Amino acid sequence: MTREEALFQFLLRMGDNTLVLGQRVSEWCGHAPVLEEDIALANTALDLIGQTQMWLNLAGEVEGKGRDADKLAFLRDVWDFRNLLLVELPNGDFGRTMMRQFLFDAWQSVLLGRLTNSAEPRVAEIAEKAGKEVAYHVERSSGTVVGLGDGTEESHARMQAALDYLWPYVGEMFASDAVDEEMARAGIAPDPAGLREEYDALVGRVLGEATLSIPEGGFFHKGGKDGARHTEHLGHMLTEMQWLQRAYPGASW
Amino acid sequence: MYAQMIRTASTGVKPREEMTEEERRFQDRIDAGEKIEPKDWMPDDYRATLIRQIGQHAHSEVVGQLPEGNWITRAPTLERKAILLAKVQDEAGHGLYLYSAAETLGVSRDELIELLHQGRMKYSSIFNYPTLTWADIGAIGWLVDGAAIVNQVALQRTSYGPYSRAMIRICKEESFHARQGYSIMMKMAFGTPEQKRMAQDAVDRLWYPALMMFGPPDKDSVHTAQSMAWKIKVATNDELRQKFVNQTIPQMEYLGLKCPDPDLKWNDEKQGYDFTEPDWSEFFDVIRGNGPCNVDRMNDRVKAWEEGAWVREGLLAHARKKAAPAAAE
Ligand SMILES: [Fe+2]
Ligand SMILES: [Fe+2]
Repeated sequence: MTREEALFQFLLRMGDNTLVLGQRVSEWCGHAPVLEEDIALANTALDLIGQTQMWLNLAGEVEGKGRDADKLAFLRDVWDFRNLLLVELPNGDFGRTMMRQFLFDAWQSVLLGRLTNSAEPRVAEIAEKAGKEVAYHVERSSGTVVGLGDGTEESHARMQAALDYLWPYVGEMFASDAVDEEMARAGIAPDPAGLREEYDALVGRVLGEATLSIPEGGFFHKGGKDGARHTEHLGHMLTEMQWLQRAYPGASW
Repeated sequence: MYAQMIRTASTGVKPREEMTEEERRFQDRIDAGEKIEPKDWMPDDYRATLIRQIGQHAHSEVVGQLPEGNWITRAPTLERKAILLAKVQDEAGHGLYLYSAAETLGVSRDELIELLHQGRMKYSSIFNYPTLTWADIGAIGWLVDGAAIVNQVALQRTSYGPYSRAMIRICKEESFHARQGYSIMMKMAFGTPEQKRMAQDAVDRLWYPALMMFGPPDKDSVHTAQSMAWKIKVATNDELRQKFVNQTIPQMEYLGLKCPDPDLKWNDEKQGYDFTEPDWSEFFDVIRGNGPCNVDRMNDRVKAWEEGAWVREGLLAHARKKAAPAAAE
């Protein structure tokens, strides 16, 4: 794998994470528990879609085959997506949606912090811009996780169930492969394993305050970031998301 | 409009000689163009009428998220998805300002939502129509937000201060929505034959429902007179509808789309278009709950509210724990 090829893969991972999560969050539109949450969820989705445009446009540029963010988002099939399995999981209830958001925001905030020092200036620039939004996301999602974890008996039980369901998808964030090794060698991105300590500290503090317990055991699902084995859910999401582009090829919207 | 057929809480305009001293002073302030503020004295009927109107307007913003949300996950480009998300987020924000404006009159947001869910308050009839193709998202921005602007620009002069200020704030965002909607329509109308077909189909289905947004014709609007005297309403339904038709037809012509009204024509004398009234029996059907989407829209909202109960309760319980001094626990 050349450095450019690895960089392309890395950028797809960044952009596909925000795209797939943004798409999931946008499914909530008009159905949140209170109006303030409708606004907040739309805002989060909007930020994520904006970040997607930056990451995937750069990916297309690096690839050099004339694909822009839209072509990458709307005209790839499941096996070419490079997002973490965590973000393609269905929304579930509001508690699961916010728990997933928090587990992702925490990781993204740690990662973007490191990426602002990337040897690749275009990566550092996006990380800088996205970092400001993500700092706000993590503040919000951690606040909601704490409020619901340490709320009523029912809200506590639902948040614990959400954490139990999602935790086995967290490990994939820290698994390294050849792409990551190449990015680390080039000083473009940190080795994922190196983010774990900071992540665990942040997540441990918030979940502690939320009176929730992290499930035991080190098992984790993988197959999203390398595209080897996505869940069944991603295909349905893409079917919906890509429908107009697929049904009316070549049209301009 | 977003508030259609608001029943004024009294019948007919009260003649001056029947007014109390307080009512006369109140009417004088309105006639002098002063704004009424929450702490000021106001007739009970003025307050009740405003609550109905602002509440219905707020509900419309909230329910209005649904037909547009229907296309967020299928938006054809990232840019369009982002713009639509931003728009729907604005609409929810409009709902918030309007509920806040209603709260200044002594009714809580939760009470208003309760009335909506019980079917005792309404939202605009337009949101009971389905969005079937991507062109409908363009047509909603262009026609529905366009119609809302005509109404809301007039309402900036409404007599109740908080409502008037909410309208000023909201109008800025609405004009952005209308422009974005028109930009979608241009892409569609000047696009492939299929896109053009979608654009024409959207106009065919949404033209008359858009005209209905202004409410029934003046001759059948029994509640207009008192609302106008109080400047809760500042222009009649027919005046606003005419204004909307006059501004929209040239835009439709530019797009090369046909207005589904075969009798539409320019009238030189009145310097406006003559046009066919919408089918008012359809309008009343929709208002009574028989529109194509009434049941689904309400079920969606009620379900979201009920399924969100544990979230609201959980957050409230947490806030109370934090507020309670440790000793009191
Ligand atoms: Fe609005
Ligand atoms: Fe709008």
